[in-house]
Amino acid sequence: MSLALSTPGVRMSRDDLLMRGGLVVLAGLLLLIVGLPLWALLAKGFEDRDGKFIGLANYLAYFSTPALFNSALNSFHVALASTLIVVPLAFLYAYALTRTCLPARWLFQGISLIPIFAPSLLPGLALIYLFGTQGFFKALLGGGSIYGFDGIVIAQVFYCFPHATLILVTALATADARLYEAADVLGASKLRVFFTVTLPGAKYGLISAALVVFTLVITDFGIAKVIGGNFNVLATDVYKQVIGQQNFSMGAVVGMVLLAPAALAFVVDRLVQRKQVALLTARAVPLIPRPKLGRDLFFTLFCTLVSCGIVAILGMAIWGSLIKYWPYNLSLTWANYHFETFDANGWESYFNSLRMAAGAAIFGTALMFTGAWLNEKTRGFGAIRGAVQLLAFLPMAVPGIVLGLGYIFFFNAPGNPLNFLYATMAILVINTVAHFYTVGHLTATTALKQIDPEFEAVSASLKVPIWKTFARVTAPICLPAILDIAIYLFVNAMTTVSSVIFLYAPDTKLASVAAVNIEEAGTTAAAAALCVVIVMTSATVKALHILADRFLLGRLQAWRRR
Amino acid sequence: MTNYLEVRSLSKRFGDFTALGNISLDIAEGEFVCFLGPSGCGKTTLLRAIAGLDPQTSGTIRQKGRDVSALPPAQRDFGIVFQSYALFPNLTVADNVGYGLVSRRQDRGAIARRVSELLTLVGLPDAGPKYPAQLSGGQQQRVALARALATSPGLLLLDEPLSALDARVRLRLRHEIKALQRSLGVTTIMVTHDQEEALTMADRIVVMNHGAIEQVGTPQEIYRRPATAFVADFVGSMNFLAGTLEAADRVRIGGLSFACPAQEGLAVGSAVRLSVRPEDVRVRDLPADVANRVAVEVADLDFVGAFCRATLSVQGAAGVSLTADFSSNLMRDLGVDTGTRLDVALPPDRLRVYAA
Repeated sequence: MSLALSTPGVRMSRDDLLMRGGLVVLAGLLLLIVGLPLWALLAKGFEDRDGKFIGLANYLAYFSTPALFNSALNSFHVALASTLIVVPLAFLYAYALTRTCLPARWLFQGISLIPIFAPSLLPGLALIYLFGTQGFFKALLGGGSIYGFDGIVIAQVFYCFPHATLILVTALATADARLYEAADVLGASKLRVFFTVTLPGAKYGLISAALVVFTLVITDFGIAKVIGGNFNVLATDVYKQVIGQQNFSMGAVVGMVLLAPAALAFVVDRLVQRKQVALLTARAVPLIPRPKLGRDLFFTLFCTLVSCGIVAILGMAIWGSLIKYWPYNLSLTWANYHFETFDANGWESYFNSLRMAAGAAIFGTALMFTGAWLNEKTRGFGAIRGAVQLLAFLPMAVPGIVLGLGYIFFFNAPGNPLNFLYATMAILVINTVAHFYTVGHLTATTALKQIDPEFEAVSASLKVPIWKTFARVTAPICLPAILDIAIYLFVNAMTTVSSVIFLYAPDTKLASVAAVNIEEAGTTAAAAALCVVIVMTSATVKALHILADRFLLGRLQAWRRR
Repeated sequence: MTNYLEVRSLSKRFGDFTALGNISLDIAEGEFVCFLGPSGCGKTTLLRAIAGLDPQTSGTIRQKGRDVSALPPAQRDFGIVFQSYALFPNLTVADNVGYGLVSRRQDRGAIARRVSELLTLVGLPDAGPKYPAQLSGGQQQRVALARALATSPGLLLLDEPLSALDARVRLRLRHEIKALQRSLGVTTIMVTHDQEEALTMADRIVVMNHGAIEQVGTPQEIYRRPATAFVADFVGSMNFLAGTLEAADRVRIGGLSFACPAQEGLAVGSAVRLSVRPEDVRVRDLPADVANRVAVEVADLDFVGAFCRATLSVQGAAGVSLTADFSSNLMRDLGVDTGTRLDVALPPDRLRVYAA
């Protein structure tokens, strides 16, 4: 009887042991690739150049050095200005896509996504061509300079636009037509309907978009690097401290300062999104926009204008990359694509990028999906599952450049047995997987939550091992989500600069890093050419993904048809 | 009758909340038992504890003499069907049904034969190559049943298997599942919140409320002699009239006194509730000396189709009203309408008395 009174705990099956084992391995792995590098970074901030503990001295030095502290203010101003411009633009654009009868909607939607496929330095380069010291329209600036605050903000608007638009399209697409019908019946004016129905409905989307843009801007490295001039921001300060002055401790301090707003924005966003879930549970009747000439004309015009801006920036980068000698000799040439004349690695850096992106897509997707599955389906084991959840969410809050710095401190530490990974292709793949872990984990978790929670119970009752059901049922059902994760990782691995800039070795240099180096050396055209190659590659992969989704998956997944 | 399943002092707690409190229950081999109760009463929790899916906090479960309390689901012997069917959408019907057979290393021919046998059994002999999404809800539920039965489990667990289906299909499947269970003789537990389903299908019903068993009995027992006011109220419709027990076999309500079966557990003088089912209210051919005769006035009539549910205000007990079911015949023959005054009788053997 005494036995029955205590919690007996059901004996574990082989499945339970397997999954718990897997989860422990996953937790260990995440600790290794996320937790410990960040810990190393945190610790470094309290050490002097020789590795002696000096408490808060570095932080005191930081906040009492105006040159350093100013960068924090600069970062904040740039992020604020960019957010205030991007969010309204993206809101109108998303409104046009979801609530009006926009002609060629797919085209406008496609164009709005273009910046996602580009490394962030691309808009910077395009602006240099247009408004730089030798820019076409330099005269328009009336003696002002594109290098600095204005240039950064314009480039950031381009770079962040698709992220905000995607969020707002989702927020506006989930409208309940019945609310609008009710407002109509009650005789509310259009303006009143907008402020009482439309805006509140998109409120959480707006907050989320603002936070995402703010974080993207404050953590971005490429744009400030290319077009910042003497206007210092946090991300470039980290780079200067580490690469320029070899002051790792101060780099760590700047990194921590950079981490704070990003982490704060992340926490607020999570809180907001938790509320939004509750909002969506009601059964809604989808809203289908009806034609209305004046409104449709206005939004078509607006979208055309914005799209032209996006295409112009991309087009400028492409054109610039094909020009012999800007702005004196505008004849076309492929010379800028002979990368070996500008960088020792030549085209090899591009192939490195492809290898790295493929590696991140394959290993990252496998890890993220299996990991999310383990975390969702393991019975009990709450503490470890909580730890995995936390470690999986952490990377979202960590700027790439901060994570990259943590990697130096952790993997390059003399005593670390994983030291052999340093300066290999493997560490670039690992770092990229870690950097983009959260979105993949979330995508996989969402997909897993949508399938019947009783599959595992059924297979247990039929005495089928759980991994067999994973392979035969769960993974095949989630194939679209798995592909989404892989493509997301591939595109981001192609375009990322910030986290890998500290980690490459001469023979593993990536295209995006090479572009930064080439630009640093003053060859804008070749840097633009490299960016164009990256855009083309990731856009092609995305296009193939869409085609595969439509045709191949349709055939492979005949079971989805009724 | 040997006990196939023995549940002893089973409890399940979530923090401070007691989902199951000290449940003991025996189920005989080949029996069809329904767990019936409102949502949140613990019936699904009990089923999942028996399956090992959500293990109990304390207590034991023995299946066929073997203590399975601490075994994971995979080491217990049961087949299960869920409300959601939980069919694997990417596998054909035949692959779904054969899912548990494949891992038992039987040869392909034997599996195919068994699958087609099972599909014939559930009345879907040609559904094998289709995918679940191409089937109707009722057909999907049959496939789920065939899959659960494929490995010939000793115990079949059905978790609200019919509640996602529309009324007509539900009625047909009730009979089919019952007939199938009888022909296979498999011990079956079904969880349901639908009393009609429980009454028509079960050999025995376990009525549950707030994590405890209120009553265990055959459908007739549950309906005719509900052990508690909760059971009386939850299964079927019931009139409850507040009164006082004035003798062991008499209840006083307002100015009226009613004869009832002798009560043992209740103190004379205590407040009680007298209950009678609407269909047990007698109207026709009342003998002159009929017990419990009451004069009533028809206050309201609700047309329900086959019969009318009448609200009767009882004369001689202010504010007391009674519902009674009047057949269409009776309505026509007696010319009953709102305002009609008539005499009814409450047969003493149909009255139940509960503590207030």
